[in-house]
Amino acid sequence: MHATSSRKSPLVWAVHISVVALVALWLFPTVGLFVSSFRTADQIANSGWWASLFTQERQAPAIRIDGAEQQVDGEFVISGNLFEAGNVTISRWGTSSREPEAYEPGQVVDLGDGERLTVAEDGAFRLSAPQSFGDSRLPRVFTTATRPPEFTLENYRFVLFDPGNREGMAKAFFNTLTVTIPATVIPIVIAAFAAYALAWMRFPGRSLLIAAVVGLLVVPLQLALIPLLKLHNDIGIGKGYLGVWLAHTGFGLPLAIYLLRNYMVGLPRDIIENARVDGATDFQIFVKIILPLSFPALASFAIFQFLWTWNDLLVALVFLIDSTGETTVMTKQIVELLGTRGGNWEILATSAFVSIAVPLVVFFAMQKYLVRGLLAGSVK
Amino acid sequence: MHPALQGLITIIVGVGGCVGYFYFSNQFLDRVLFPARGENAGRNINRANQIRPWLFLFPALFALGLYLAYPVFATLWLSLTDRDAGGAFVGLANYIQMAREPKFWEAMHNNMLWLVIVPAFSTAFGLLAAQLTDRISWGGIAKSLIFMPMAISFVGAAVIWKLVYDTRPAGQDQIGVLNAVWLSFDGGAMSVLFLKFVPVLLVALFAALMAFVIYQILRPLLGREKGHGKSHWWAHGLRAIAAIAAAWMIWLSLGAIVSLASATLPYGEPQTWLTIPFWNSIFLMVVLVWIQTGFAMVILSAALRGIPEETIEAAVIDGANPFQIFFKIKVPQIMSTIVVVWTTITIVVLKVFDIVFAMTNGQWETQVLANYMYDKLFRANDWGVGSASAMVIMLLVTPILVWNVYNARKETR
Repeated sequence: MHATSSRKSPLVWAVHISVVALVALWLFPTVGLFVSSFRTADQIANSGWWASLFTQERQAPAIRIDGAEQQVDGEFVISGNLFEAGNVTISRWGTSSREPEAYEPGQVVDLGDGERLTVAEDGAFRLSAPQSFGDSRLPRVFTTATRPPEFTLENYRFVLFDPGNREGMAKAFFNTLTVTIPATVIPIVIAAFAAYALAWMRFPGRSLLIAAVVGLLVVPLQLALIPLLKLHNDIGIGKGYLGVWLAHTGFGLPLAIYLLRNYMVGLPRDIIENARVDGATDFQIFVKIILPLSFPALASFAIFQFLWTWNDLLVALVFLIDSTGETTVMTKQIVELLGTRGGNWEILATSAFVSIAVPLVVFFAMQKYLVRGLLAGSVK
Repeated sequence: MHPALQGLITIIVGVGGCVGYFYFSNQFLDRVLFPARGENAGRNINRANQIRPWLFLFPALFALGLYLAYPVFATLWLSLTDRDAGGAFVGLANYIQMAREPKFWEAMHNNMLWLVIVPAFSTAFGLLAAQLTDRISWGGIAKSLIFMPMAISFVGAAVIWKLVYDTRPAGQDQIGVLNAVWLSFDGGAMSVLFLKFVPVLLVALFAALMAFVIYQILRPLLGREKGHGKSHWWAHGLRAIAAIAAAWMIWLSLGAIVSLASATLPYGEPQTWLTIPFWNSIFLMVVLVWIQTGFAMVILSAALRGIPEETIEAAVIDGANPFQIFFKIKVPQIMSTIVVVWTTITIVVLKVFDIVFAMTNGQWETQVLANYMYDKLFRANDWGVGSASAMVIMLLVTPILVWNVYNARKETR
């Protein structure tokens, strides 16, 4: 026994390492965006996000010395600190872009005209001269410094709560929510009744209808765009929430009926027959017996439909968002940002994460039902 | 009215309306139309029970018919008419016009690539992940992490991967992982190993996989397995088409190997990945593979667990090694599930729109059919050609539709 397990162990280790590598590869892009959403624009533009997790040594942009001058011992002195944040350690500094690493921390440097400058390791500086600085331009300081990891919540405040930000996500968030909830609830109700009929009622044409549902399962919704938009315009719905709710209901129904019917068929026949014998009507059987028993299937579909409507772009573009842009949803907002703010990764990353967060929470909380639904929903 | 309030009212009206409809229509049927009392009680109950299924089905059938079935025919009609001429019938003029556009053929060509590469790699990675994670104690966590991209929207994934592909001018620190990795190669031995040898190996593996697929597809046709039930002429046709597609992939792979091996790579220069023709399509496909692998893994993992233990034990006793067990015992037993996964991902690929729309919008030769159609419908306002391209998507889906319906009929019978 012992011999076989030790013979196997290299293979087991190989499996462990491969899985770690695979998971890391799959997680890496998402983590990158997540970390970036907590960095300032400056940090994102200057270094890769993977570097931000560690203390890093890098050249900071030039800082111009600034402050009120004071008279000390017959000299004019300006002193202060280059950095607002603590924890920065300067390793080299300089006063010209050609030689940004000319001096050591603590070194006193003569800048000419009797001006003397020193910069300490923690960024404290002291500039002195025999005459007043007046309105003359003060020198710039280039520093090479190590900084500990630094993260900020400012991006989220700006994207979610800044009333002055016209490209903010708050309104789009609520619009998405407004689209999603009715578009998830209504198809469930309609589909549940239909699924019960297809599973437990006998009538001519039943198997034909089931086949039709399976067929409609794969019809691309692209086909529906123009005819339905025309229809919505003709009957006066136009572009708006009502239209997008109806569209999502229609597009979600095949999967809903298919999933629920497959689940309901598997329910024990005895219960239903007994209830029939006891004089229950179909409506009572459905409401009092089938619906409570079908909860797992209902939950599976609800998650599918929720994820699908929350993440949808095409249906919203066609049926919801009009030229005023009042009803924009998060996916559309992000696409807009990709166009207008392509380089502002702090805004893009944060906006994207705001839209991803809710599905991720739902996903991790209700993964069991999602997996169950997937297994039942893929046509065998 | 505030939209959230409107939404709440819609839920109440929608749900209440549905439940109310079902309740009152049943009441109406039982009490008014065919009451179960009086002289005709028995006959009335029978009649009511004949009508009741249709009461239950009506809202769903109405919605399905209006939102999915009717548009198929309406789009077909639109593709045969000219909107500017007041909807006059123009025959195949739209299709002919579409066939003259190079953008359409670019989209078709790219779509064919997507159709083969994305399902192939998603299924292969999914199978690998399923097989590996099933053997370790923390496999559940690993699975849910690989599965996680399923919850992320295509648009969100586009942002995530745009950061990976981001480019900074030479001399600055790269903030995109791909360029950072790329710049760490300097043309030395490691570069040759990782950028020439490994990719060539991967492409060769892909070609080998395709050869295996051809073998699997053509095996029934060669008549080795007799008594496998009657097979239809169209099944032969489908198999032939699939085999030709796989052969085309092998041909492309060989071309890619040659060009990979002979290319001189611009080491040290940051690349704008999404503007390099052909490869940019591959980079977009990577996003979908990343999303769909989790799906494939979940389904295939369940199938792998469903394999009877005895078959594996018998193979172990016969002295099969792990690879033989995997490819000769396990894979053949889950072949039908692999086909299901493959076709499901194929359908996703045919509808892929958001990723291309958000990342390149079809520029730099990355156009695909769904985005081409959106372009025609809503930017060029050309309903005829747009509908024609939608019909092309429908046509490509039809074999899978027929296959699914055929299987479902077989099951319910």
